[in-house]
Amino acid sequence: MTAPLSIMTGPLSIMTTNAAGFPLLSLITWLPLAGCLILMLVRGDEKTVATNARWTALWTSLLVMVLSLVLWVKFDPSEAGFQFNEHVTWLPEYKVGYSMGVDGISVLFVLLSTVLTPVCILASWESIQTRVREFMMSFLILETMMVGMFAATDFVVFYMFFEGVLIPMYLIIGIWGGPRRVYAAVKFFLYTLTGSVLMLLALIAMWQQAGTTDIPTLMQTVFPAHMQTWLFIALFASFAVKVPMWPVHTWLPDAHVEAPTAGSVILAGVLLKMGAYGFLRFSVPMLPDASAYFAPFVFTLSVIAVIYTSLVALAQEDMKKLIAYSSVAHMGVVTIGIFTINVQGISGALFQMLSHGVVSAALFLIVGVIYDRIHSREIARYGGLADRMPAYALVFMLFMMASAGLPGTAGFVGEFLVIVGALQVNFWLAMLGGMGMILGAAYSLYLYRRVIFGRITKDDLRHILDLSPREWVVFAPLIVLTLWMGIYPSSFTSFFDASVGAMVQHHTAALAATTKLAGISH
Amino acid sequence: MNWTLALPEIVLACIGMATLIFGVLHKHDSTLLCTMFTIGGFVIAGFLVFTGNYGFGFHGQFVADPFSSFNQLLILSGAALSTILALDWNRTQGIARFEFPVLMLFSTVGMMIMASASNLMTLYLGLELQSLALYVLAAFARDDLRSSEAGLKYFVLSGLASGLLLYGISLVYGFSGTMDLASLHELLVQPTSASAGLVVGIVFVLVGLAFKVSAVPFHMWTPDVYEGAPTPVTVFFATAPKVAAMALLLRVMGTSFASMVGAWQLLVIIVSIGSMLLGAVAAIGQTNIKRLMAYSSIGHMGYALIGLAVGTSNGVRGVLVYMAIYVFMTAGAFGCILAMQRKGKAVEQISDLSGLAANDPLLAMVLTVFMFSLAGIPPMSGFFAKLYIFLAAVQGGLWTLAVVGVLTSVIGAFYYIRIIKVMYFDAPAERFDARPASLSFVVAATGLFTGFFFLFPAPFVAAAQAAAGVLFR
Repeated sequence: MTAPLSIMTGPLSIMTTNAAGFPLLSLITWLPLAGCLILMLVRGDEKTVATNARWTALWTSLLVMVLSLVLWVKFDPSEAGFQFNEHVTWLPEYKVGYSMGVDGISVLFVLLSTVLTPVCILASWESIQTRVREFMMSFLILETMMVGMFAATDFVVFYMFFEGVLIPMYLIIGIWGGPRRVYAAVKFFLYTLTGSVLMLLALIAMWQQAGTTDIPTLMQTVFPAHMQTWLFIALFASFAVKVPMWPVHTWLPDAHVEAPTAGSVILAGVLLKMGAYGFLRFSVPMLPDASAYFAPFVFTLSVIAVIYTSLVALAQEDMKKLIAYSSVAHMGVVTIGIFTINVQGISGALFQMLSHGVVSAALFLIVGVIYDRIHSREIARYGGLADRMPAYALVFMLFMMASAGLPGTAGFVGEFLVIVGALQVNFWLAMLGGMGMILGAAYSLYLYRRVIFGRITKDDLRHILDLSPREWVVFAPLIVLTLWMGIYPSSFTSFFDASVGAMVQHHTAALAATTKLAGISH
Repeated sequence: MNWTLALPEIVLACIGMATLIFGVLHKHDSTLLCTMFTIGGFVIAGFLVFTGNYGFGFHGQFVADPFSSFNQLLILSGAALSTILALDWNRTQGIARFEFPVLMLFSTVGMMIMASASNLMTLYLGLELQSLALYVLAAFARDDLRSSEAGLKYFVLSGLASGLLLYGISLVYGFSGTMDLASLHELLVQPTSASAGLVVGIVFVLVGLAFKVSAVPFHMWTPDVYEGAPTPVTVFFATAPKVAAMALLLRVMGTSFASMVGAWQLLVIIVSIGSMLLGAVAAIGQTNIKRLMAYSSIGHMGYALIGLAVGTSNGVRGVLVYMAIYVFMTAGAFGCILAMQRKGKAVEQISDLSGLAANDPLLAMVLTVFMFSLAGIPPMSGFFAKLYIFLAAVQGGLWTLAVVGVLTSVIGAFYYIRIIKVMYFDAPAERFDARPASLSFVVAATGLFTGFFFLFPAPFVAAAQAAAGVLFR
């Protein structure tokens, strides 16, 4: 763990550990916002503005992606602590700084956000025709918020980005969404806000206790046991809604169904990871006793999520709803993995988050492809697409299999590791958590059969067109990632191995210290 | 006697009288010139406050310290913003008269005295000067029934509150023998001198001032007056007098009665919780945006009062930061409301904003910033206001207030985002008239402050810290 940078030379001095002293993380974070400002200046008639907005947004997000690839290449995976640290004094009297830094856990999520954003912008190239400029601006703001959240190493900064995500997402669902978009947008906003404000209280309490909001320092701070319980509950309220865990998941199907394709992609791909990331960044390392205490509770909710929402997914008539429920189930596996608090479990959870980020994003894009053509998401509306859209059927199959956890695809590694981790805790936990794979295969294959196979009975499906070159470009990075993660997972796990190892070690040590303390006092 | 301490007030009052004489003698319509003089007066007064010395003057009746200058600068900003906003609006609504800026100016002088009062008598004089001008301003659109009603309502209820305050002051004087805030403090440090009569007096003072900040249960006048008064007057009502009354409340409670926190803390907690709850719940059903803003301001006063309830200088710091951010975001939000005119007629239903994003994307964007800020969503300034308040509450161990505060802010978020919903998600209604440049200026300036506050919170908070250090010593 690198020590917090406390020595300041001036109010605006930026300290970085990388050799050039270049604030790469801040650049990645704020560059989309700069693109957003350029978009504001675009003038002309509606069509020119729309075209310019699309290209500006795409180039901005591609540039950001390239920069984040530089980050990825320069990142040293053998180091467990934060790298690329930046620190600027912000609220000096409270020792709150604008601190940025990535460790092995967050670097991959920064990358996930920056890869998915251009994909989303490309995916909405033709499907978004109204208020294109505003749409692109919302997406770029969203990118700033997402990257900033994963890169923040100060709790207050983290909170700002965490809650700031609500603003663009509310607009994306509400303006460009489906018929019940207002209901979905407001529900999304209020649900997540309720959770967030409780986290704000936890933040303030931790700030009071530790005297700082620097995340590496907070990780070293020992909070009293009774306080940990309350803090855990408050943080849990926030993160559980975001994950989302059963029974606070009900906003998700609504939001997914009503959101435009790109909105669903980013929601499933990155926003759902924010909750799990919060558990990993705050709950587990900072509140070890409470995490151990509440683990069975989390397991229970997660197992219910895995089994119940998988069954619910099986009964869905709407494709997006089905994938939304499957997301809840997959995220249930993630929360099981996190709270096993052993290396396999947490690694599995992280891998599952990444693979779900890619795969579920791709699945929403898959639905988007045929929705753009037929304007229906109803499963019964389709059938026999394999005849007319062979390439589409192939891509769909790959992601369906990845979602079901077929070995050789991204989905397998994560679930497998989580089950291995869970076995060390409890056989039944592993058994019930593993049910997700079986049920996942059931609803995936059932969906695939109904949409792709069979005979074409609907007339308009006879003339449906296969994937366009633009759509191939959209899917290509996701296909590559899915196979890469499935075939050569260690190129990803190696990034977070050191950080996860340090986290588990820290947790074990903290628990041992508490037991020792209890032994002395009795 | 150090009269230079009161130089800003004296200069501003002289400018006011000069403007009045000029307005009467000038043969043509002098509204524009008088408004310019008034704004100039505010700027000069602001400069004098900024560069002025600190100390006690007029035999301890008047004080200039970091606390008073922070509040005075805030009051002057609020007053200047409302005056600028009023200029074009009054003209299109046919109520442009040169007395308008002059009344605003005198009311502002009263508020500045309120912020600088160090004696219960000075305090009362400032308050009455402020109120008298406000009564007239509320009823300024004299041909409009609603405006007259607002003026009358405010006059009667405010008179009642002033009476209660005066009664409280007389009780305090009767049971302690002094009206000087500092001597009261010295006297009350000894627990023996806190008699029951004195506590009753404090309660009356608190009630009178709670009326002025429109805290529950003394808020009844707010929605009616806000709705009825001409909108620029409502902007004024919602900004400067709130700061002045809050400054007064802080000053009295934080100096004289600081040692008796136990006696009044519970009262402030109840008032604060009541205001937050009412502000959050009652606004949901509103269809008139001015009424909605009235309930919103009640709620915001509830949050600000948390800082007073804590009864520490950190709490006061929270209140000051809150009030400052509140003034700018409220003035900006009202600026957007003032832009709601169709064919020279002001409209004020929330449904009139329908589809604003399509008709006027910039205005919609700025109003969105204000709404998210009022709801307390980061990175807007409103979040920082709440952050400092909740921080103080937790430091003071007032967890109930913090929890109620965050939960009501979620409920409140519902009606703020409903306005955004109307602007962005609904079908466009008829366009509004072109905005005057003065309005665009105010909205842009406050919008930039609100949206980009997160870039420069430190100097701002440091100023509030210095100001708050004067109280609860």
